[in-house]
Amino acid sequence: MLTLRAVTKRYATGDLALNDIHLSLPRGQVMALIGPSGAGKSTLIRCVNRLVEPSSGSIELEGTDLTGLSVGRLREVRRVMAMIFQEYALVDRLTVMENVLSGRLGYVGFWRSFLRRYPQADVVEAFRLLERVGLAHALDKRADALSGGQRQRVGIARALLQDPRLLLVDEPTASLDPKTSRQIMRLIRELCAERDLAAIINIHDVALARQFADRIVGLRAGEIVFDGTPAELDAEILTTIYGEEDWGSVEGDEEGTADDSTPANTTPAPLLAVGGER
Amino acid sequence: MSAPRERLAEQGEWRRLPFIGDARLRWLLALGVLLYLVLALASISVNWARVAEGMSRGLNFLAAFAQPDFVSRRSDIVNGLLESLTMTLTSTVIGVALAIPVGLGAARNISPLPIYLVCRGIITVSRTFQEIIIAILFVVMFGFGPLAGMITLAFATIGFMAKLLAEDIEDLDWRQVEAVRATGASWWQTINHAVQPQVMPRLIGLSMYRLDINFRESAVIGIVGAGGIGATLNTSISRYEYDTSAAILLIIIAIVLLCEYCSSHVRRWTQ
Amino acid sequence: MPVSTNEQGQPIWRLRTSRAQWLGYIGWLAGASLFLLCWKLISDNTMWVFVQDAGRQGGDLISRMLPPQWSYAHRLWKPMWDTINIATLGTLLGIAMAFPVAFLAARNTTPHPLVRSIALVIIVASRSINSLIWAMLLVTILGPGVLAGIIAIALRSIGFIGKLLYEAIEEIHPTPVEAISATGASRMQVMNYAVLPQVMPAFAGISVYRWDINIRESTVLGLVGAGGIGLQLNSAINSLAWNQVSVIFLMIFVTVLVSEWVSVRVRRAII
Repeated sequence: MLTLRAVTKRYATGDLALNDIHLSLPRGQVMALIGPSGAGKSTLIRCVNRLVEPSSGSIELEGTDLTGLSVGRLREVRRVMAMIFQEYALVDRLTVMENVLSGRLGYVGFWRSFLRRYPQADVVEAFRLLERVGLAHALDKRADALSGGQRQRVGIARALLQDPRLLLVDEPTASLDPKTSRQIMRLIRELCAERDLAAIINIHDVALARQFADRIVGLRAGEIVFDGTPAELDAEILTTIYGEEDWGSVEGDEEGTADDSTPANTTPAPLLAVGGER
Repeated sequence: MSAPRERLAEQGEWRRLPFIGDARLRWLLALGVLLYLVLALASISVNWARVAEGMSRGLNFLAAFAQPDFVSRRSDIVNGLLESLTMTLTSTVIGVALAIPVGLGAARNISPLPIYLVCRGIITVSRTFQEIIIAILFVVMFGFGPLAGMITLAFATIGFMAKLLAEDIEDLDWRQVEAVRATGASWWQTINHAVQPQVMPRLIGLSMYRLDINFRESAVIGIVGAGGIGATLNTSISRYEYDTSAAILLIIIAIVLLCEYCSSHVRRWTQ
Repeated sequence: MPVSTNEQGQPIWRLRTSRAQWLGYIGWLAGASLFLLCWKLISDNTMWVFVQDAGRQGGDLISRMLPPQWSYAHRLWKPMWDTINIATLGTLLGIAMAFPVAFLAARNTTPHPLVRSIALVIIVASRSINSLIWAMLLVTILGPGVLAGIIAIALRSIGFIGKLLYEAIEEIHPTPVEAISATGASRMQVMNYAVLPQVMPAFAGISVYRWDINIRESTVLGLVGAGGIGLQLNSAINSLAWNQVSVIFLMIFVTVLVSEWVSVRVRRAII
């Protein structure tokens, strides 16, 4: 559904962030994008929804070329690609409900959103999503009163309220502890399966990427150096992506976490609902 | 309280949480504001005939900005500016120098209560009265001329600087003070080694800011006879010599801009 | 090198290198000479005879101010009400004009760099010119009265509120803005959802602070005919009724203190 052809981004400072990226993402696939800091992971997903303008190349979503769309058309395209951010990117002084409802901004007019008079169906859906992520009770709390994991759940609910077909996820777990990170990743994974969403997930944590993604793409200095299944990702490839390091420990770590999560996998819903407060 | 809102939201009924929770208080406040606005607006009486007559003058004034006249009152402008600038500089230096002891005295964490109260009193009096009012008094005491203006501005500077300095000292990092005290330093040594380094950058920044304010104020206290460009400006406006007024205003704006530019550099350099 | 060796081969520590020290001395010397030069200019323009007399004049003034003529107070309620109206309505008008200007002036919300520079010029012009000067101009255009005062206060407030607000807008977190734009929100919706909530506390604080300053400023606008208690002050001074002047001063003092208290309370409640 998403195809990137020869996408290149050079910042005004002269730094080449992305160099000739070719990538294609089928419907419903969860793809993890790994690579060292500064490899261009964030730039890549921001090029897709044009928070960053690519310098050249084309990005096609379901047959529409995204580069060079007018502002009005860009709005329409952006609503089908929801983004989840590293620092949650909630508006702190708005309530949880307002934050979630802001996912509908691409659909409603200015005055409607200004007066917070959203269509009834939107509010029903927003509430259902809040219940799904286990935060229905926090509806009127201000976003800055929530814990990190809870905020990321609100961020996810906002993204899903957009009714997207593609999720762009930028380091969803970078500010969270290991346990909450796994819960959040599992939630994203489940939601993608429920709604048949494709996702690009930027992630630092190789173990998490292996555990939760269908496909892993390794990025180094703005170029794709690996594209394959989690099983194919071995120490040698990690060395090409990240450079020389003792990768045995990462693989060992993965085994340990996989053991941890097996019991959790059998009872995911209650864990998710209250995980934030524990 | 949130449970019914949850049930409503489930059915798709959701309104923004009102800013003031109590509905009665909300309406009462809204009503009060409305009542005030009606009363206040009703108290403005406008003489529309006079306004219509004045409009042409307003247009003249705007037109004057297109061709300001720097020349015909040149010596007045130059003298006034020189006076304003000298007043600004001397008053800022004297004011800041006097504000430092007052500010130290008005910081509750380093000064004893009687001194604190006296210093706070000075600050309050100096801050409450507009510069013009103080200028009137000093003109009566010291006679017309820039000296009265300088004393006025210095007095206003004391209140301004001392208050901000005192607030700064009150929230400084107390651990550093304790560390210096722990070495057995005296009161003066503590101030010099623990307090001064912490407040110095802001003190310099504020002094630059005050220099800027003093210049702007020096342009008006001339109206009551305390010297500076204000007198020239006042005369030109009351004589309807708008091209000269426009010239003076443009000069003031230019100098304020220059001051701001310099002070941003000084601030970057001290931090 | 701050550490050097003396003839005996022992290290000497100095805070600064000798070059920096000399530059420092030269800087101080230049500053001091400039200050003295300015002081000389002022003293040349001063009649020192009057200054020698200042103590006696001051004493005389105080003796004539006391006791205050309390019966005069009841004639001051209306002018005081006008003064407060000038400050409040002027602030409201100023806020209404400053709000869009600030959004046009902030680097991250301005539609075009050219628009930004125009907005910045408006802010600088408004900031540089004291409300009393605005009032002088407006009185010649609109005629004397409260309206000129309100507009003068509003014009001066644009720059103050505009400057502080656009700085607050430039300091917001960029990620919520990115997040809201990524949902497909329009430009106005991004302002409403991502920018406005972040600057709202700063905006409210700045406005209340300016209202407090405006109360102070509006007490003197009457000196040039722009309404309020300044008119009474002017006539009392002109008729040398110093015992009435002292009543007016007390009234101003109390009003300003109350407004400052309100402003501090409101700002604390917001933060």
